[in-house]
Amino acid sequence: MRIRVGKLLLLLLLGGLIAVGCRPERRADLVILNGPEIETLDPQVLTGQADGRVSGALFEGLTRFDPVTGRGVPGWAERWDISPDGRTYTFHLRTNAVFSTGEPITADDFVWSWRHAVDPATAADYSGFFFYVKGGRELVTGASTNLATLGIRALDPRTVVVELENPAPFFIDLCAMRIMAVVPRWTIEKYGDQWVRADPLPCSGAFQLRSWRPNDRIRVEKNPRYWDAASVRSERVDFLSGDSPTTALNLLLTGEVDVLIERNLIPLELNDVLLKRPDFHTFSYLGTYFIRFNVTRKPFDDVRVRKAISLVLDKRRIVERITRLGERPASAVTPPGTGGYQPPPGLGDNASSATNAVEYAAARAINIAEAQRLLAEAGFPGGKGFPTFTYMFNAGGGGGSRTHEQIGVEFQAMLREHLGLQMELRPVEWKTYLSEMSLLNYDVIRGSWIGDYQDPTTFLDCFLADSGNNRTGWRNPQYDALMARAAATSDSTKRFDLLRQAETLLTRDEVPVIPVYNYTGLYAFDTNRVGGISANLTDEHPVWAMFRKR
Amino acid sequence: MSYFLRRLLFMVPLILVIVTLAFFLVRVAPGGPFDKERKPASPAVERALAEKYHLNESLFSQYLRFLGLKWEEGANGSWQRAPGGLIAGDLGLSLKYRNHTVSDIILQGLPVSLTLGFLAFGFAMGFGIPIGFYTAVRRGEWADWAGSLFALVVICVPGFVIGPLLILGFALKAGWFPVGLWGAPVQAVLPMVALGLYFGGRVARLTREGMTQALQSEYIRTARAKGASELRVLLKHALPTAVMPVVSYSGPMLADLLTGSFVVENIFQIPGIGVFMVNSSLSRDYTMVVGLVLLYAILLLVLNLLVDLAYSFLDPRVRYE
Repeated sequence: MRIRVGKLLLLLLLGGLIAVGCRPERRADLVILNGPEIETLDPQVLTGQADGRVSGALFEGLTRFDPVTGRGVPGWAERWDISPDGRTYTFHLRTNAVFSTGEPITADDFVWSWRHAVDPATAADYSGFFFYVKGGRELVTGASTNLATLGIRALDPRTVVVELENPAPFFIDLCAMRIMAVVPRWTIEKYGDQWVRADPLPCSGAFQLRSWRPNDRIRVEKNPRYWDAASVRSERVDFLSGDSPTTALNLLLTGEVDVLIERNLIPLELNDVLLKRPDFHTFSYLGTYFIRFNVTRKPFDDVRVRKAISLVLDKRRIVERITRLGERPASAVTPPGTGGYQPPPGLGDNASSATNAVEYAAARAINIAEAQRLLAEAGFPGGKGFPTFTYMFNAGGGGGSRTHEQIGVEFQAMLREHLGLQMELRPVEWKTYLSEMSLLNYDVIRGSWIGDYQDPTTFLDCFLADSGNNRTGWRNPQYDALMARAAATSDSTKRFDLLRQAETLLTRDEVPVIPVYNYTGLYAFDTNRVGGISANLTDEHPVWAMFRKR
Repeated sequence: MSYFLRRLLFMVPLILVIVTLAFFLVRVAPGGPFDKERKPASPAVERALAEKYHLNESLFSQYLRFLGLKWEEGANGSWQRAPGGLIAGDLGLSLKYRNHTVSDIILQGLPVSLTLGFLAFGFAMGFGIPIGFYTAVRRGEWADWAGSLFALVVICVPGFVIGPLLILGFALKAGWFPVGLWGAPVQAVLPMVALGLYFGGRVARLTREGMTQALQSEYIRTARAKGASELRVLLKHALPTAVMPVVSYSGPMLADLLTGSFVVENIFQIPGIGVFMVNSSLSRDYTMVVGLVLLYAILLLVLNLLVDLAYSFLDPRVRYE
């Protein structure tokens, strides 16, 4: 008898657990597999792309991203005037501007939001975007603490005036970034850092937050008070979090998920098959894969050594044998066409830009001979006397694929074959990789950079002497001076010319990094079932434009 | 009874030692929770971030804060205990998922992992014990070979192979079950099988061993000599002793099952806590790691205690003083 009661209790417990643990819900109008669980929804402190996709649906600023071009177009500001010197922007807000909870959005809200973002106490990693605004750099770096010195003011409740440090032709694009969005002051003052957990959460974007279950799904609903609610075509959107590329593929194939937007969730092992499918789409975006030298370590402090190593790297082989998504071999850090900019030819460009196999083989032969000559000149003929060094990379990156390792193996073989150098591979896990890179505790390390806006400075700023993203130990006053001159120039031809000079210094003369290739993006959705997603260079795909066809 | 009270009391310092170790070990690993691909805009921002989560303090001070024994001078000049801490039952905010507390995340994910864990436990017992029982009774016959082989195979083939095979066969090809996600009971079937198979295999082998031994003992011969029916001998006399090893194994097995499985939760995209068990240490989510270690330690110790308790019920020879 006792056993029966026990069994009954166990059954009840199990039933109860199932009831609690399983909560079936109606399918949303659009289900997006968004990648790893987001770290935060706070548009001012988020850093991840997955975070940005959700937060971008909930919060908007003066401008928003155009789904087709990926550039800034009117958001809460319906229009703006730019002063002739390009340093003063006057934004005119819409008359119907309100948060999803009904409170008005005024010019003061923008002023407060921006001041809150630059305040170091907010600890916004990306507050560097405010360096372009007058007084922004001083505030973000803590040199000044008077938030009122930030170059933004409310002329009247409907007019925001922004003064820039330098004419930044990409400023309208910047205004569409998450960190520039307008946020609800009273909620932040009440709840502090955890304000995004307020219920209801006042949202300024096309959607409002409905529910958020960590590691499961975030559900958002159309914000009826959004200025462009008429264009929002999905009532209810789910963002699923998931880490496994094969599961992601299964969910897409069985229709549980409409859009697979996170490229790290595409099983790259299968890309030969997937690329032939009509529901998988590749596109170019602003991203470059490169290799960093630690120029503070011997013998990599010698530019001839760096050039020699750079010249023997067979980039075409890497994109054709390993990455295989149609990536473009690169000799510059900035991808071609970034905001209309064409990068200068970097070291080894003769090979990267070769149009056929014969031309390519000829260019390779020249480059290898040159590399051998440079290495001998540096005191290591045939690699003799060159110390064994390590190549560090994060293991298991990119959707669990082994891309970084495979590239390392190729790199290793090329160095041994052509230069007689011994390079050991050192795979490390992600956090160790980041920490060793920042501490300059490496010889040679893999790197990459994804551009934020369509202008070459989004790449070239990384290599300024005081940039935290430099991580090579390379500092060059001439480069910094060229970049500063470019920043102060409003004429775009002259500006690009100065930037090209700076990039030439970086990728042809000094070579603290070896550009390898420009990324190709990949996302998946069935064009017969889902619309409103376009390829663009900034990899920005506003959710308000997406919809499921009926 | 006093024995169990003593065991319970002893758990407190033991758990404290375990979480202390976890607290310091996770901080020894290179890198920190806020190391990202991009550096923060300025050192001032980096400092502010560290200050927010008290990572700028000495390790010892952080430890006191974690315990809830940190005293600070308040704004009005009086000394007061810093809010939160272990003694207040507060594990703090997750350092990776910054809009959630550790307790929040555990409370969201644990019911899911518990459900899946109990289902898998039931499944493992449900097929493990009968197979073990049957193979022991039919020792040396083909049924023994087949059953034992099956048990061995499911033990040897890891979850990350079984899971995808189940999905391929029963979800993608047959279409009987969904490929993943969590919500409807039908979504629990494949994960339950994927998670339970390994443990079922272990249970089958343990049962078979226990049964084989039991069948050779004196009291079974006595029971047979007394003329008890074969079925009665097997079920009533042999089985209870035969499952003893299974019972002692079920403590750590349940602790493993209930805290979720990284592999199975990952493959079926299930919002349990198993995924956090692995990812939190990879992302140096200090508070989360310590919280999960605490949970795991408590579960393991309590379940082992229950196992010992179950012994005294199942085997009259076992007495605790």
